[in-house]
Amino acid sequence: MTDIVIHTKDLTKQFGTFTAVDHISFDVQRGEIFGFLGANGAGKTTAMRMLCGLSIPTSGEGWVAGFDIATQQEDIKKHIGYMSQKFSLYEDLKVWENIRLYAGIYGMKTDEIERKTRLLLDKLHFTKECNALVKSLPLGWKQKLAFSVSIFHEPQIVFLDEPTGGVDPETRRQFWEMIYEAADRGITVFVTTHYMDEAEYCNRVSIMVDGRIDALDTPSRLKQQFNAHSMDQVFRRLARKAERSE
Amino acid sequence: MKEFLAFVRKEFYHILRDRRTMLILLGIPVVLIILFGFALSTEVRNVDMAILSAEPDNTVRQIAQRLDANEYFTVKEFLDSPSDIDRVMRSGEVDAVLVFEPGFSDKLFTPEGPQLQIVADASNATMAQSYMAYISAVVGQYFEEQMPEGQATGIVPNVVMLYNPQMKSSYNFVPGIMGLILMLICAMMTSIAIVREKETGTMEVLLVSPMKPIYIILSKMTPYFVLSCVNLVTILLLAIFVLRVPVHGSMAALISISLLYIFTSLALGLLISTVSDRQVIAMMVSALMLMVPTMLLSGMLFPIESLPPILKVLSNILPATWYISAARKLMIAGLPAVSALKETLVLAGMAVFLLTVSMKKFKNRLE
Repeated sequence: MTDIVIHTKDLTKQFGTFTAVDHISFDVQRGEIFGFLGANGAGKTTAMRMLCGLSIPTSGEGWVAGFDIATQQEDIKKHIGYMSQKFSLYEDLKVWENIRLYAGIYGMKTDEIERKTRLLLDKLHFTKECNALVKSLPLGWKQKLAFSVSIFHEPQIVFLDEPTGGVDPETRRQFWEMIYEAADRGITVFVTTHYMDEAEYCNRVSIMVDGRIDALDTPSRLKQQFNAHSMDQVFRRLARKAERSE
Repeated sequence: MKEFLAFVRKEFYHILRDRRTMLILLGIPVVLIILFGFALSTEVRNVDMAILSAEPDNTVRQIAQRLDANEYFTVKEFLDSPSDIDRVMRSGEVDAVLVFEPGFSDKLFTPEGPQLQIVADASNATMAQSYMAYISAVVGQYFEEQMPEGQATGIVPNVVMLYNPQMKSSYNFVPGIMGLILMLICAMMTSIAIVREKETGTMEVLLVSPMKPIYIILSKMTPYFVLSCVNLVTILLLAIFVLRVPVHGSMAALISISLLYIFTSLALGLLISTVSDRQVIAMMVSALMLMVPTMLLSGMLFPIESLPPILKVLSNILPATWYISAARKLMIAGLPAVSALKETLVLAGMAVFLLTVSMKKFKNRLE
């Protein structure tokens, strides 16, 4: 069996005459941290929605976790995790209630939920806050908890949509440690971000401009290719070509 | 099923943790039903009367006593000249005068019968009409008892107030107010339920999860359904024990159709919720677009028969219209459960339609 967990070929999404995603093709390996970059309006969100089974492609093909994104959305949903740029836990539920809810939605067994909850709280040093309402936690903690919840059911792939927005640098570093840990366990991480320093942490990075993928490689080779010192410069050079604005 | 239960539990937490909203939701029906039942009444109460008769004989006195003994009337004084009528009415001493023609008792047994007149203060037309009808009823009853069997009295028109012999307005208001309260609470509660998740961003996560839309919609409905059942019990208890509206028909049938109506209202709220993007909009739509038409067009305040044709059509698409009609039949008229069959079918049809549309709209959101 191949270790390719996401495969797309000429994946396209059109809204009327507007082509939001224009023939993108790429593969993502198991356990890889794949950075999905692009300016606002470049088509990142649309592409990600198609991969998550929320949106049906106009043409082209895509496979996620071995399932066709055009016809097998329900199977895909069972094998992926998702965390959005907006905070995705329920503020008026307690920490453990949030965990139990999402675990329940993904059909996990009660005793397994209990065992894993204890492990998770222990690892996050959240045991004391177990009964606290989520709204009383600081933002960084919430984001860490949200990420843990999104991979609680051991998905094959986790989609992170700008997960670290508004979080302080120290928490971001801890957050990325958690991402690495998940990738080590074999969970593929598909992440969009606006922070170019975070792009450096990814195994491979794709940069979308006007609905197309203009560059796709490891951060170091991209820097070489564009003769830049940082991913920030790479991104600026590519984004300058963009014709579409927001 | 497990997914469904996990989700229902979460919905209960949302409601139970928000104490203030929950108190409002449980308190509103109590306040409204008491307000409407007592304050908004067109009932005849404390009517002061005068009797005008040239020769206050036995018959006249007995009628006066009858009226005075009645809890709604107080006979303030006896007048002897027609010119006094104007005086007592203008000064506001009395609200109505019962006028016996001279020689009233002697004419009792003549073929044409004597004349009896009621003069009422019609500045409040509705009130005047109801106490006129009521005075007529009291007097008519008196003569019916006094006259030998089979003898035509020909004095007072024999007015019979079916179902609501005392013309109690709360009888009429209660089914209406039940329809309004249940609709408002149910639709308003659920209308924010889905929009709230769109606003907080949790909806995205739910959409990406394997949770089926129908489960999301149904589990949103469940806790509100339970809450509405509590409200229904409160309303029925208040209606029966405080407003003293009797339930003449089958209680089981009344409760069944109320539950169906609650379900329909919840479905309507969910539809509003799936199509709107902001909680404020959802609230406005459910409060304004449902409350005003329900109050004016459902037959709660004004009879549907007197509406212009176009509004009659509108009235027919309001779930409340059908519910109120059924509740009146079952509570006040005491008709058998079968009589509400049409209303039941219409409400059930509406519920299915609303749920289907919500489902469709919900799926479209995925695109």
